[in-house]
Amino acid sequence: MMNKRMNKPILNVSGLTIDFGGIRALDHLDFDVQVTEIVALIGPNGAGKTTLFNCLTGIYRPTDGEILLACPKTGQQTRLNGLKPNKITERGMARTFQNIRLFSRMTVLENVMIGRHCRTHSLILGAIFRNRKTREEEQETIHKSYEILEKVGLAGQVNELAGNLSYGAQRRLEIGRALATEPFLLLLDEPAAGMNPQETAVLVALIRQIRDEGHAILLIEHDMKLVMTLSDRVVVMDYGKKIAQGTPDQIRGNRDVIKAYLGEDVG
Amino acid sequence: MDYFIELFLSGLTRGSIYALIALGYTMVYGIIGLINFAHGEIYMIGAFTSFIVATTLSIYGFPLAAIVVVAGVAAAIWSSAYGYTVEQIAYKPLRHAPRLAPLISAIGMSILLQNYVLLAQTSDFLPFPKLIPEFAFMEPVAHVIGSSDLVILITTAMIMLALTLLIKFTRIGKAMRATAQDRTMALLVGINVDRVISATFILGSALAAIGGLLIASHIGQINFAIGFIAGIKAFTAAVLGGIGSIPGAVLGSLVLGLTESFATGYVSSDYEDVFAFSLLVLILIFKPSGLLGKADTKKV
Repeated sequence: MMNKRMNKPILNVSGLTIDFGGIRALDHLDFDVQVTEIVALIGPNGAGKTTLFNCLTGIYRPTDGEILLACPKTGQQTRLNGLKPNKITERGMARTFQNIRLFSRMTVLENVMIGRHCRTHSLILGAIFRNRKTREEEQETIHKSYEILEKVGLAGQVNELAGNLSYGAQRRLEIGRALATEPFLLLLDEPAAGMNPQETAVLVALIRQIRDEGHAILLIEHDMKLVMTLSDRVVVMDYGKKIAQGTPDQIRGNRDVIKAYLGEDVG
Repeated sequence: MDYFIELFLSGLTRGSIYALIALGYTMVYGIIGLINFAHGEIYMIGAFTSFIVATTLSIYGFPLAAIVVVAGVAAAIWSSAYGYTVEQIAYKPLRHAPRLAPLISAIGMSILLQNYVLLAQTSDFLPFPKLIPEFAFMEPVAHVIGSSDLVILITTAMIMLALTLLIKFTRIGKAMRATAQDRTMALLVGINVDRVISATFILGSALAAIGGLLIASHIGQINFAIGFIAGIKAFTAAVLGGIGSIPGAVLGSLVLGLTESFATGYVSSDYEDVFAFSLLVLILIFKPSGLLGKADTKKV
């Protein structure tokens, strides 16, 4: 049963290539993410990891290749190439950023509520006339937002401005905002960057919990300890190419990976 | 003392009208960083629409209150349609172009709309029907404030309250604020940014149209060129208050209106613009980001 589920990729990337002028930032990249799997994306600086995220989320338009996202519930596949970022979010993929990009002049609660935007519908007329549907929708938005804030441990700071939160809290809020869009695949770009050990421990527990609730996670991370303990599979990139993939144990011993990180003459 | 109060109140009236137009400038600037120079023309179209509707209805002898409401709604809808269309035609295709391109396009739209109304209507000043009667209960204070001033003050105050609530608490308002702060991120949390931008233009245009109706009825005549000077004044007010800031636009408009009113009253109406723009220069020298604008410090 478990195996059968594991063979159903929700994200399938094949031959993904992007050129910036003469530079090939991603070179025929293939990989997939399965249901409720944590996949780590590692590689030296400049390997193209964040570029990959930008392609997946629709900020960049890939030169070539396929990105297919399958809804785990219906099994329906969508081709993401060329879709606008907001459409991709609607399809069930959300992300966080390496450098935090919260709406810093909005409150914690508002940041999460904004994430619910694509799951709600009322418009200007609804706001003016405040019919029952609008009011019910608002109530539900607030209710769900509180639930998420509880989960990411920010329920005590709902009315704080996002910009005034501590660094670790801001990172968790970013994850909360991403969760509010109801994704089944969550992309985390260096979620532990700049965190102290305690904050990292809280984060690891949070990521595990999110996975256990049925989300798949693709994360970029430089903290190798975190990568090795947290991920089910690791994909290693260098110069826009995939150079290895496998379980953390397989990657640890892989000569190509060691070479990419440390240079030619090691071992 | 009465004279001072009279000037003060007429300054407030003037200022609150500027605010209705300035809000359109500041909201659009806040969200896409564009000075929408065609906004004054949207206001002018609002004035013309309410002129046509009000004149027609008064021929058929409708009651004044009905005329005001219908003309206001019609003007708001019609101007919104123009604002939306201008955005779709002239700004949306230039969304990723350098900043100067949509600015030129905006000036082009302004000239186009002015001349379109000039050709479709006339270059003469048209008499605007008096939509706001002299209320009997205003008799005792009529020497300091007219009935139409009172109506303008109350209407604009209500509109601004509604706008504040809309932006602060509703779903679309939050989406607007999010888009203004970080457009890419707004897209990534699933906000249809194009729709939010359209909504901003529609909202700004509707406010300008209400402004058009109120001023036209206050002054009593309209012409195809009224959008230019009103647009410049409202734009000045928005910059004065800190462009991009909504409370700033309101504050800037009130300060500008009061300055003009006092300059007219105590010096001469010839000097009204001199004082207004000197004030702008002074404020920009000492606080370049405007009264309530945030200083834009770039990380280096």
